[in-house]
Amino acid sequence: MRTAGERPGAPGGSADPMVPRPFRVTRRRRETADTFTLDLVAEDGKPFAFAPGQFNMLYVHGVGEVPISISGDPADGTRLVHTIRAVGKVSAALCAMKRGDLVALRGPYGKPWPTVEAEGHDVVFIAGGVGLAPLRPAIVHAIANRHRFGKVIVLYGARSPADMLFAEEVQRWRGLFSMEVDATVDRAGPDWLGRVGVVTKLVERAEFDPAHTLAMICGPEVMMRFSVEMLTRRGVAEDRIYVSMERNMKCAVGFCGHCQWGSAFVCRDGPVFRHDRIAHLNAIREL
Amino acid sequence: MVDIHSVSELLKDLEFFREFGEATIELLAGCATNVAYRPGDYVFREGGSADAFFIIRHGDVALEIHAPGREPLVFETLHPGDAIGWSWMVPPFKWSYDARCRTVVRGLSFDATCLRGKMEADHEIGYQLMRRFLPVMSRRLLGARLQLLDLYAAEKAR
Repeated sequence: MRTAGERPGAPGGSADPMVPRPFRVTRRRRETADTFTLDLVAEDGKPFAFAPGQFNMLYVHGVGEVPISISGDPADGTRLVHTIRAVGKVSAALCAMKRGDLVALRGPYGKPWPTVEAEGHDVVFIAGGVGLAPLRPAIVHAIANRHRFGKVIVLYGARSPADMLFAEEVQRWRGLFSMEVDATVDRAGPDWLGRVGVVTKLVERAEFDPAHTLAMICGPEVMMRFSVEMLTRRGVAEDRIYVSMERNMKCAVGFCGHCQWGSAFVCRDGPVFRHDRIAHLNAIREL
Repeated sequence: MVDIHSVSELLKDLEFFREFGEATIELLAGCATNVAYRPGDYVFREGGSADAFFIIRHGDVALEIHAPGREPLVFETLHPGDAIGWSWMVPPFKWSYDARCRTVVRGLSFDATCLRGKMEADHEIGYQLMRRFLPVMSRRLLGARLQLLDLYAAEKAR
C-alpha cells in the first residue's frame, strides 16, 4: 500500500504520472438512478496499488477526463473499482460504458485516509450521499484488519432510501458483530423502517470514546462542516478529524492550479486533509 | 391511578431530565403518565389539540406530513430518549404534523394544561423547561434547514 508523500503515479500507475494506461471495463453495476460502479482491469496485466482515499483520472476517448475516487478493496491489486455519479458529460459517458469498453486511466493521486494513524483508536466513518464511495476502501480495510482498531462505526446519510449507495453491502456490514453501522435518510415514504433525519443526529448518538477516536468524513461540504462541529462538541480533537475535499481537479499533480484552495492544491495536498490544518480555509467564503 | 413515585423514577432515568432537581422532577411527575401504543397508532395528528408532550422510552415514532394525492412524507424519526412536540408550548396549541408509531412505543405523556399551569405558577420551572426544550428545537430547526438544502442531490458539473 502506498503512503502519503510518495510520488503520484507510482507504483500502481505508469512511470510518467501524466501518461494514462488503458483499462478494460469487466463489470458495470447500477447503484442508484444516476450512479454506477465500474470494475476495471489493466490491459497490460500489471497490478495496481493504491491507498484508501486516493483517486484516479479517468479519460473517455473523445469526451474528456475527470477525477474519480477509488471505491474498491485496497488489498485487491488486480481489480480497480470506481463508483461514478453521472453529473456531467464525462461522468455520464463513464456511466454509460459497457463491459469490454476501454478507459484510459492515470493515477493513483492524492493523500489517503489515515488508516495507520487510526490504529488503536475508535474509528468513526461519516459518509453523506456518494461520499460513501471514497470512504469504502478505508472501511473495507478496517474490516479486513479489524483487530488493529477499537470500535469501528459507520454513519451514513443519504437523500432517500433509493439513493443509498452499496445498499446490500451496508446491510451486510450492519450484520457483522464487529462493527456498528447506522444510516439515515433525509426523506422517506411510510414504508421505510430506518431512520429519517440528518446524519449529525447519528453522530450525536453514536457510542465511541471521544478521547480515543479518529473520524473520517466524506460528503457535501456543508454536511462535513456540521459533522465536524458535532464531533468536536462531543470531545473529538480536531487533529483527529479528517475530511475529503472536492475541487475542480484537472492535472492531478499540482501543476495547473485549477484545484487551488488557499495555499493548498486539493489534488496534491488532499483530497484528504486533517481538519485542524484546513479549518481556517472553511471560513473564507471566496475560496 | 398514577403511581407518582415510579413516574419520577422513570424521569430520573431519562437524559432529557438529567439537569432537573429532585423537587422539579416530583412536580413534573405529577403531570406525567405512562403511555403505550401499538405499531400504526398515532400519538397525535395534524390539527389536533396539542394537549400533551411525550418522551419516548421505547420504540420509534415517525413524524409525517400529508399532502393530497401523495403518500405521507416522513421528515423525521424519533427514538428512545427523544421528546415529541413543542406545539403544547406555543399558541394556538395545535399539532402541525402527524406522529405515527412504527413499532410498539412506550413512553411518558405530560399533560400540557398541567405543565403550563406549573410553568405559570413557578417561572423557575418554566425557565428550566424552556432551557431544556430550546436546544432540541434549535437542533431540529438546523436539521430541517439541512434537509431543505437537499445536500445530497446531484450538482451539475461546472
